Amino acid sequence: MAAPEPSARAGADDVHAISLYVNNKPGVLVRVALVFARRGYNIESLVVSATAEGSFSRMTITCRGDRGTLEQIIKQLAKLVDVVHAIDHTGDDAYETEIALVKLRAGLSERTQILQIAENFGAKVTDYGQESLMLRVYGASDKLDAFIALLRPYGLRELVRSGKILMVRGLSET
Amino acid sequence: MAGRIPTGAEKLVQCLEHEGVEYVFGLSGGAAIPIFDALVDSKIKLILVRHEQGATHMADGFARATGRPGVVLVTSGPGATNTVTGLLTALMDSSPMIVITGQTNSTNLGKDAFQEADVTGITYPVVKHSYLIKRSEDIPRVMREAFHIATTGRPGPVLIDVPKDISSGPCDAPFVDAIDLPGYRVPGRAARAGIETAARLLGQAERPLLYVGHGAVISDAGKAVVQLAEKLRAPIVNTLLGKGAADETHPLHLGMMGMHGTAYANKAVIHCDLIMAIGARWDDRVTGKVDEFCARARKIHVDIDPSEFNKVIRPDLCLEGDARLVLEDLIPLVEPGDTAAWLKQCAAWRRQYPLKYAKKGGLRAQQVLDRLHHITEGKAVITADVGQHQMWAAQFCKTTANRHWITSGGAGTMGFGWPAAIGAKFARPEAEVWAVVGDGGFQMTMAELATAAVHKVAARCLIINNNYLGMVRQWQELFYENRLSGVDLEGNPDFVKLAEAYGIAAFRIRRPADIDRKLKAARAVKGGPAVVVAEVMKEDNVFPMIPAGAPVSHMIIDPPKRRLEKPVGST
Repeated sequence: MAAPEPSARAGADDVHAISLYVNNKPGVLVRVALVFARRGYNIESLVVSATAEGSFSRMTITCRGDRGTLEQIIKQLAKLVDVVHAIDHTGDDAYETEIALVKLRAGLSERTQILQIAENFGAKVTDYGQESLMLRVYGASDKLDAFIALLRPYGLRELVRSGKILMVRGLSET
Repeated sequence: MAGRIPTGAEKLVQCLEHEGVEYVFGLSGGAAIPIFDALVDSKIKLILVRHEQGATHMADGFARATGRPGVVLVTSGPGATNTVTGLLTALMDSSPMIVITGQTNSTNLGKDAFQEADVTGITYPVVKHSYLIKRSEDIPRVMREAFHIATTGRPGPVLIDVPKDISSGPCDAPFVDAIDLPGYRVPGRAARAGIETAARLLGQAERPLLYVGHGAVISDAGKAVVQLAEKLRAPIVNTLLGKGAADETHPLHLGMMGMHGTAYANKAVIHCDLIMAIGARWDDRVTGKVDEFCARARKIHVDIDPSEFNKVIRPDLCLEGDARLVLEDLIPLVEPGDTAAWLKQCAAWRRQYPLKYAKKGGLRAQQVLDRLHHITEGKAVITADVGQHQMWAAQFCKTTANRHWITSGGAGTMGFGWPAAIGAKFARPEAEVWAVVGDGGFQMTMAELATAAVHKVAARCLIINNNYLGMVRQWQELFYENRLSGVDLEGNPDFVKLAEAYGIAAFRIRRPADIDRKLKAARAVKGGPAVVVAEVMKEDNVFPMIPAGAPVSHMIIDPPKRRLEKPVGST
């Protein structure tokens, strides 16, 4: 399997990637979500996961909207007592990746074409059924977008994406 | 009790004592009984209220009168939901408050048990922080953190939800003094480079203006504000909540700015070439139409809360820090520019556009409040409710000392004034405390007359009674072709008889000649509250007025002769 490629840098005002370092406590997710909801800002993806220290969690959030509102949202997130830090990594030198699982109704006539696309994207077949295929692909979000777009004509039965995770390169803090 | 492990409730009350709490404002109920039980053996005085909203405003008034946190204790479910308005009021105005809510047993959480409500869930948007205690050993840590968070940085309300099994069960955890909150930072002094830039900008200004908000009250920055103004020879204006930070009778002070501020304060806002916000947040009541607000003036913003920077206005310079500390660092560095012409212009506006009211044609609220100010020599602590009377009180009761003016600014909570006065009087028994309320707002929390009577709280309540929701009526008259809707308070009780029913001394002002006599009689009441009802003319309007959403330059100074466009601002 090919190593996933680093993602392209995000543009100035399209999708933003925010990393939050938060207390691992009940209610923190609600407090964070309310800051977005109050400003009418839609969260596109949200990944909550463990960190190197057990008492903290990492939230990686992608969202779309204007930069001015987002600047305000980040300051309001940072103000939450349970948020240790909130950083917008849009444009930063960060490694970003995401996983997608795709289920297709795949008859015999289409399988070869599908598997060819899969091979080109380094996707792995995780379920090989009589009438269906499940594929796993990972890499930058735009690569996943392209992969899914190519498969769409074959009839996507189901799609699950993990949401983006990222880490800043070097010793800088994510 | 030696040898016995305390209950969670006893530990919680011990923590309150440890924090120096003197009063708890509360209303009991099933889920909170263990905590009320623990209060029986405590030196903390429980002030039983008649409605939980009243408890929150009393705690808020207590907090604003002193800077010390006010504490509320209520039960679960409806007891807790009745505190939501008080939480919003405290959050919007950065008031330190601790609200302890009883909760059903933790095993019943989320199961629709009797009087169960998801109180932390309901209150997330209206608290600075909140806790649901799941383990009794967390009680001392949570209590210490709650008081720390409520009172430091930009203060605010903290809610603590305590399930009954936690308050009834044992808790032998020791007191906690150390704070470990990695996500919580309290700004102090501003960065030196910013201070130096501010000094340079202030020195270059020909028409500088200091715009003082509640942050200056909270950080006790008034003395520094006056020093800076005197050194710069710059005029001062304040917001509704900034009243009293700097003495409003100081020669450089132009009084309140904004929607119903003085015309001369707003003239200074329109014409200044530098405006420095000190603990103020460019609220829509201050800026009017944001795009046109001081469009050509340089702007400096001093705030302890960096999330206020660039929120409404994009200032030329932001200084993050405590208002007093920032000013104290700044004052030695400033070199005044030549502001003589500017001060002369401000003085001319002050002469040209004085606050005024007609002294004939009936009893006017303005005259009653003007007299209240003079009779109390400007030394009383005034708590105002919300509406026309609030604006008139803000205009005519010049505030000369810090924490002498208490009102709900951000939330505009009707019903705040009277319980806030009770709380303020508990906090400062030596001070003369007057609530100024309208007949509408007063009726929202008037049950607290009983609280004042029972505890012999010698606060005064001046009811400006026009039998209308007057501010809305004013808007309907000016902007909605006088189509009055939902503003006529027909059915008001006789407030004098009402007060007397509680055993409270009550006085009525019917005509201007009554004013001084009745106010003085109320002041002379010893050992308990007094109520004064001023039966003012039904239809009177607050001016100056900047229609909501309009630029400050569209200020209406005198009653308009023609019908006005509907305001573009929402409120």
